Amino acid sequence: MRELWQFTRLIRSKNAGPFELTFDIMFKDREGYDLVLKSGVLSPESIAKIYKVELEEIRLFNIEQILTVKFSIPRKVFSGDVGDTDVYGGQFHGPLVRLLIDETS
Amino acid sequence: MGKGIKAVAATGNLSTGFREESLARAVQQEAHFVGCDGGSTDSGPYYLGSGNPRGPRQGVKRNLGLILRETLRAGIPAIIGTAGHAGGRPHLQWAVEIVRELARENGWHFKLASIDSEIDPETLVEAFGKNQIKPLSPAPLFNEEVIRQGQRFVAMMGIEPIQSALASGAQIVIAGRCSDVAIYAALPVMQGIPKHVAFHAGKILECGAASVAQRLYADCMAAELDENGFTVEPPNPELRCTPQSVAAHTLYENADPYMLVEPGGRLDTTAATYKAVSDRAVRVEGGQFVPAKYTVRIEGAALAGYRSIVIAGIRDPLTLGQLDQFLSSLHSAVERKIADNLSPPPGAYTLKFRVYGRDGTLGPLEPNPKLEGHEIGLIIDVVASSQALASDILPLVWHPGLHHPIPEYQGLISNFAFPFSPPGVDVGPVYRFCANHVWELDDPCAPFRTTWETF
Repeated sequence: MRELWQFTRLIRSKNAGPFELTFDIMFKDREGYDLVLKSGVLSPESIAKIYKVELEEIRLFNIEQILTVKFSIPRKVFSGDVGDTDVYGGQFHGPLVRLLIDETS
Repeated sequence: MGKGIKAVAATGNLSTGFREESLARAVQQEAHFVGCDGGSTDSGPYYLGSGNPRGPRQGVKRNLGLILRETLRAGIPAIIGTAGHAGGRPHLQWAVEIVRELARENGWHFKLASIDSEIDPETLVEAFGKNQIKPLSPAPLFNEEVIRQGQRFVAMMGIEPIQSALASGAQIVIAGRCSDVAIYAALPVMQGIPKHVAFHAGKILECGAASVAQRLYADCMAAELDENGFTVEPPNPELRCTPQSVAAHTLYENADPYMLVEPGGRLDTTAATYKAVSDRAVRVEGGQFVPAKYTVRIEGAALAGYRSIVIAGIRDPLTLGQLDQFLSSLHSAVERKIADNLSPPPGAYTLKFRVYGRDGTLGPLEPNPKLEGHEIGLIIDVVASSQALASDILPLVWHPGLHHPIPEYQGLISNFAFPFSPPGVDVGPVYRFCANHVWELDDPCAPFRTTWETF
């Protein structure tokens, strides 16, 4: 099985304002985009589990035109607040990079 | 309308810079104005709360100097948004002082409009009382007490205060907190460009050369706007835009890739098209502007305490093998020591161990909080109600921690490798964002005050 990063040209996270995080997963080609979507690793249920958020808190966009999956979630700790660990939100994508993609489904 | 309006973004942020020759070329290609964003909430609440600008001052002066030189030479306006990084009054004054210096040193003559966007607490309390302040999601608790305890509030202006300054003959506009898009949409909309074109172009331009296929370095970006759409093309021949690079930029730092909420409405790019017109230029059409009740975003920062930290490494495998127990037992021991020595009132401080090598980066969101390496980096993080208290707590944590026992060793041990002497440092005040709200306005210019200076 391959890992998510092997299908993509960019995986990133970033603040969307101080109160939300947004994630962009940009694919190399149509085949990889379709395969990963089909595998379900970027489904709302999967994202909710990884980032410990409720399903209704997730805004998920599959943007075919640019072969990108984007999702946004509220921050548990607002940017720069006392317990924050990542002011710019630039490393929250870490847990996505090596997600295993089931290519047989 | 003839050839359309040529908008130039000097760079994505006034402090990051651009190539001098790129700006000169862009302006010579019949630009109608040059814009540049000077700030962001991205770096956290510190700048807004403290009133300190983000420098470097010399770099900002260099960049501002080049923008002023080129635009004054061409006789076109320059529009700077979110001066001094947070756009509060002290930030605006900092930027205006740089402009004064530049005018004096270079013998330049022009009319400057500076637009103050800081909102006094009393004004905000009044607006809150009239039910004009509405929460966005997620919003922190907001009421009269929060407003009065806040350190500083700003309102994020739309295009109207900038248009008003330009209409009165401003050659240089330095704005306080300002929508990034408004910097680039203000003048085109005045000249008859539809809002859906101007706002969409603004979103693409606001990060400078960030919308190119491969951003080699921070640089300028240009767009030509007409009634139907706009064409974006980097002035630097080494850079190029592709339909994908431009379309992808609408995603950046935006929670919803199709909806961009601006004062007075939202830009809907669901039906937008991005087409190559050369190997470096992209034509964009098809965005929609959906008008809404006029609102401006309110940003605020409140003091959360004062921070002191210690940085230490741990390399002993036996200590690392029981790190959780070690740190929790140390936490209990030092809590008692702090109470005995300093008698702080309840809730006067928080003490946190940040473990790099385990979950320092993601905190509770780390899906794999196991230690796998042979060492960790530890930050002892103290936030207290005064700097003196935070500073006093530090040695009551690091010194007991240094010698805190583990069962496998008898005799005095030293657990922490401190890279520095002294081991700790006072970081200073800590702020938090205390508003994620909008203010409903009848007059888009009402909260903003423009000051004129002639050089």
